[in-house]
Amino acid sequence: MIMDISTLSLTQVSALLQQGEISSLDLTRAVLDRIALIDDQLHAFLYLDTDRALEQAEKIDRERKKGSKIAKPLLGIPLAVKDVLAVKGMPCTCGSKILENYHPPYTATAVRRLQDAGMIIIGKTNTDEFAMGSSTENSAYGITRNPWDATRVPGGSSGGSAAAVAARMVSAALGTDTGGSVRQPASFCGVTGLKPTYGRVSRYGLVAYGSSLDSCGAFGHSARDVQMLFSAMAGHDPLDATSQNVAIHSMDFTKNPDLRGVRIGVPREYFLPGMQKDVESKVRAAIEIFSELGAQVKEVSLPHTEFAVPVYYLVAPAEASANLARYDGIRFGPRLDGENLWDVFTRTRGEKFGDEVTRRIMLGTYALSAGYYDAYYGQAQKVRALIKRDFEEVFKEVDTIACPVAPTTAFKIGVHGDDPLAMYLEDIFTLPANLAGIPGLAFPVGFDQEGLPVGMQLMGKHFDESNLFKLADAYQQVTDWHKRSPELK
Amino acid sequence: MAISLEDVEHIANLARINLTEDEKFRFREQLSAILDYVAQLQKVDTTTVEPMAMVFKTDDPLRPDEVRPGLTTGELLGAADQVARSQFKIPPVFE
Repeated sequence: MIMDISTLSLTQVSALLQQGEISSLDLTRAVLDRIALIDDQLHAFLYLDTDRALEQAEKIDRERKKGSKIAKPLLGIPLAVKDVLAVKGMPCTCGSKILENYHPPYTATAVRRLQDAGMIIIGKTNTDEFAMGSSTENSAYGITRNPWDATRVPGGSSGGSAAAVAARMVSAALGTDTGGSVRQPASFCGVTGLKPTYGRVSRYGLVAYGSSLDSCGAFGHSARDVQMLFSAMAGHDPLDATSQNVAIHSMDFTKNPDLRGVRIGVPREYFLPGMQKDVESKVRAAIEIFSELGAQVKEVSLPHTEFAVPVYYLVAPAEASANLARYDGIRFGPRLDGENLWDVFTRTRGEKFGDEVTRRIMLGTYALSAGYYDAYYGQAQKVRALIKRDFEEVFKEVDTIACPVAPTTAFKIGVHGDDPLAMYLEDIFTLPANLAGIPGLAFPVGFDQEGLPVGMQLMGKHFDESNLFKLADAYQQVTDWHKRSPELK
Repeated sequence: MAISLEDVEHIANLARINLTEDEKFRFREQLSAILDYVAQLQKVDTTTVEPMAMVFKTDDPLRPDEVRPGLTTGELLGAADQVARSQFKIPPVFE
């Protein structure tokens, strides 16, 4: 076969597999070969499950030959999984030394549902430690590089998954999004990525960071790819008490979509004077295309947007400080010895947590401590309610919000060095969706002058992912930014 | 809002994290800068706003109290750093 099948999209490989043009073993081998060829340059993967993946592919091919006629569009397709999601039989480090060699005894629901649909877990991808970061530079196991420019970050925290899909190593990958960790790396790497509604995809087996914000999302080359993954993994799960029991809309992607009657809001607070000019112009051009397809576009206002960063950086660290209390050197991972139990706790945590995780635990501990709770955490939870209310008001007027994903394209490795606050400000346009629990979809809408992808974000009402897919698919039918891939040697 | 080295030590104690002297100084600077930044929330009028802890208000879901398959002792002990007689082996809690 002349074409490199590892570089095809999920939709394409799904069709080829179902038509019998390729086998799952061909595909899995091609994916592993391509990873072996280029991942030295990028370091997207922390772990590869080579033998088991090949074994499963062979088994699936044998069963497919026997002629089961049930259409299983994801059957036999390799999937990369961010290393904060538990997969039985594989390590789960969360990018942290404190979980070095931890092998969870169970599988996350989102992963298990995709396994049930026939997907093959090819390996685990790099992440900022415990998903805390916007660049994947906070991994204890080394940085991941942006496939479009190896001197730049892939975004984060799901940088490994985004880079793996962008570099065409895999056609599909899972990520998690607590403050933008799927959408921002999707934007920086030029791929399509979904943060679903809070509670839409089970968090069972997703290592907890900010429990009221965490969501499990997915990456692909297009809205259709991501929708295939979403529809297989979404839905109520009794193992997650915050899982919502709301029906998943079935999707019917139509050719030559007509967007008449669709109302899109463009929030003025998402276009800041200091943002990169290329980002604004490409996002505005994409909005223009939605108008041309018939959508009604109007300016709207989300007045509390400026408070999303301070709210998030109190709420998320507060929840993290509680969630990460479980890493005490006893129940998971390695332990440092000490004179007494107190010593064991403080030495293990002091030694094994990286700087950013320590910083957020400290910040959260402070925000929750006696005398400061009301002023910090309590006030943040109130302003969070106002941010959510902003969206509720706007969604009375429009169905969808269109805006940038981040104020800039991918930044240089090391540029935020020792300035955590500067890094936090990168998240300004992605945090509000997590605070309000609404879905967001990021996809490429062009390139800046340096040749780096620019992403746009669509945000929708709770549980209205299908509308986001429909709009992004309409855009992707009349443009080809999502088909561009970086040249890698 | 600037915090002191004593504040940093107090928080680290609450969080059970051992810090080096160098880290204490660095975190004092960084946490002070972050707390200064988040102080802008104080200017938002929230007198009539209920704090929001979760996205959706849901009742605590209940299920029938039935025996269901679960993880075995062996599977769970796989996460332990040290195991002795089918139990997690840890340093003594009491002196």
